[in-house]
Amino acid sequence: MTNNIFKFLLLSVLFINVGIISAQHDAHGETTSHNEATVEKNEEAGHDEKFNPSDLINHHLSDSHDYKFDIPFFETTFYLPVILWTDNGLTVFSSSAFKGDEHGEVVVTKNGQKFVRIHDIIAYADKVPEHAKPEEITLSQRPLDFSITKNVLSMFFTFLIILILLMYVRKAYNKKGVPKGIAGFLEPLIVFIRDDVAKENIGPKYQKFVPFLLTVFFFILFSNLFGLIPFSPFGYNLTGNIVVTFVLAVIVFIITNVNGNKSYWKHILWPPGVPVILKPFIALIEVLSMFTKPFALMIRLFANIFAGHTIILTFITLIFVFKNWGVPFASGFATIFMYISELLVAFLQAYVFTLLSAIYFGMAVKEEAH
Amino acid sequence: MPASLGAGIGAGLAAIGAGIGIGRIGGSSLEASARQPELYGKLFTLMIVAAALVEGVAFFAVVVAMQSK
Repeated sequence: MTNNIFKFLLLSVLFINVGIISAQHDAHGETTSHNEATVEKNEEAGHDEKFNPSDLINHHLSDSHDYKFDIPFFETTFYLPVILWTDNGLTVFSSSAFKGDEHGEVVVTKNGQKFVRIHDIIAYADKVPEHAKPEEITLSQRPLDFSITKNVLSMFFTFLIILILLMYVRKAYNKKGVPKGIAGFLEPLIVFIRDDVAKENIGPKYQKFVPFLLTVFFFILFSNLFGLIPFSPFGYNLTGNIVVTFVLAVIVFIITNVNGNKSYWKHILWPPGVPVILKPFIALIEVLSMFTKPFALMIRLFANIFAGHTIILTFITLIFVFKNWGVPFASGFATIFMYISELLVAFLQAYVFTLLSAIYFGMAVKEEAH
Repeated sequence: MPASLGAGIGAGLAAIGAGIGIGRIGGSSLEASARQPELYGKLFTLMIVAAALVEGVAFFAVVVAMQSK
C-alpha cells in the first residue's frame, strides 16, 4: 500500500516537472518565433529555433522580480514590488513596469531616474552600456535592491509553514497523552537535534544554542524539501542561492565569536603546546581558519543544493535536446534516481549544517580540559 | 581557453583527492562499525564530520576554479 503511494508520488512529481518545462519551452519557442518571424522568413524549418538548455536552467535557478505561478493549466505571473535605494532615495514600483523584459530593452522612468532590467539585476539605464551581461554590471552601476523577489517571498512562505507546524506541535503538548500526527513526526527530529547534536557537541552550556540550531535545521530542511516539489508555491531554489547560505554562515560566525571564552581565544591567538617560534604562524593559520569554517559551511550547502537542481533540470532538458522517443524513458529513470538521492541530500545537508554549527559553538564554549 | 583548461584540470584533481578521502573515511567507518556495532551512532557522526571537512577542501578548489573564467 505505502509502496504504491510512494511510486505514484514519484511518477506524478516527474510528469509535473516535465509538463512545466515543456510548457515553458513551448512558450519560449512561440515568443522567439513571433519576434523573429519577419527576420527568419526565408528559413523554412519552423522548429529549428535554438533551444539553449543552460539558459533555461540558469533562468530556472536564478532569482527574479516576477513570480511565475506555474501549476499546469493555471499559469499566471504575479508582479512583485521592486524596492530600490537609489541616489534619489527610496523608489518603489511594481515589476510589471518592465513588461517581462529581461534584456535591458524596456526603460522604466521612476522618481527622475531610468532603470533597465538585465536578467534579475536592476541597473541605471544611463550608466550601463547596451547589451551588457549581468556579470559585467558593477555595484556603482546599480541601485541597492531591497525588492521582495521570488526568493524573498518563498522565504516568507517557508517561515509561515514552519511557524504553523511548530506552533501546532507546541500546542499538541498541552493535551494529555502521546502527541500524534505531525507532532509525533517532528518530535524525534527535535529531540535528535537537542540531544545528539547540541548536548553531545556543545557540552553543559548547550541550552542557550538549542533554539538557534532548531531554527536553522528546520529552515534548511524545509526549504530543501520544498525546493524539490516541482510546482508553485514550492519549487524554489532558496538554499541553492549563495546569498541565503552566506547570511546563515555569517550568523554562525557571529554567534561563535561572540560566545568565545578565554580558552577559545587563547587557542587561536597563543596556541598552547607549540614551540614559541612557531606560535605566530600557528596563530595566523588559526585566525584564517576562523573565517574558512563558515565559508565552507556557506559553499557546502549552496553547492550541494544548486548542483542537485542543475542535474535534475539537465536530465529533463535532454528530452528537448535530443527529441528522440527513447530519451524520455532514460532521463525519466535518471530523474527519479536523482530525486531519491536529493531527498537524502536534503536531510543530510540540514543535519551537517546544524552539526558543524554545534561543533563550532562547542569549540567556543568548552572549558579547557587539559 | 588555457585558463579554463587549467581550472577544469584543477577541479578534477581536487575531486580525485576528495574522492579518495571520502572513500577511505566511509570504508574505515564501515569496518569499525562492523567490529563494534554498538558504537555505530558515534562513528556515524565522526564520519559525517570528517567527510564534511574533506568536502570543504574540495569546494575551495571548485570556487578557485570558478574564478578563472
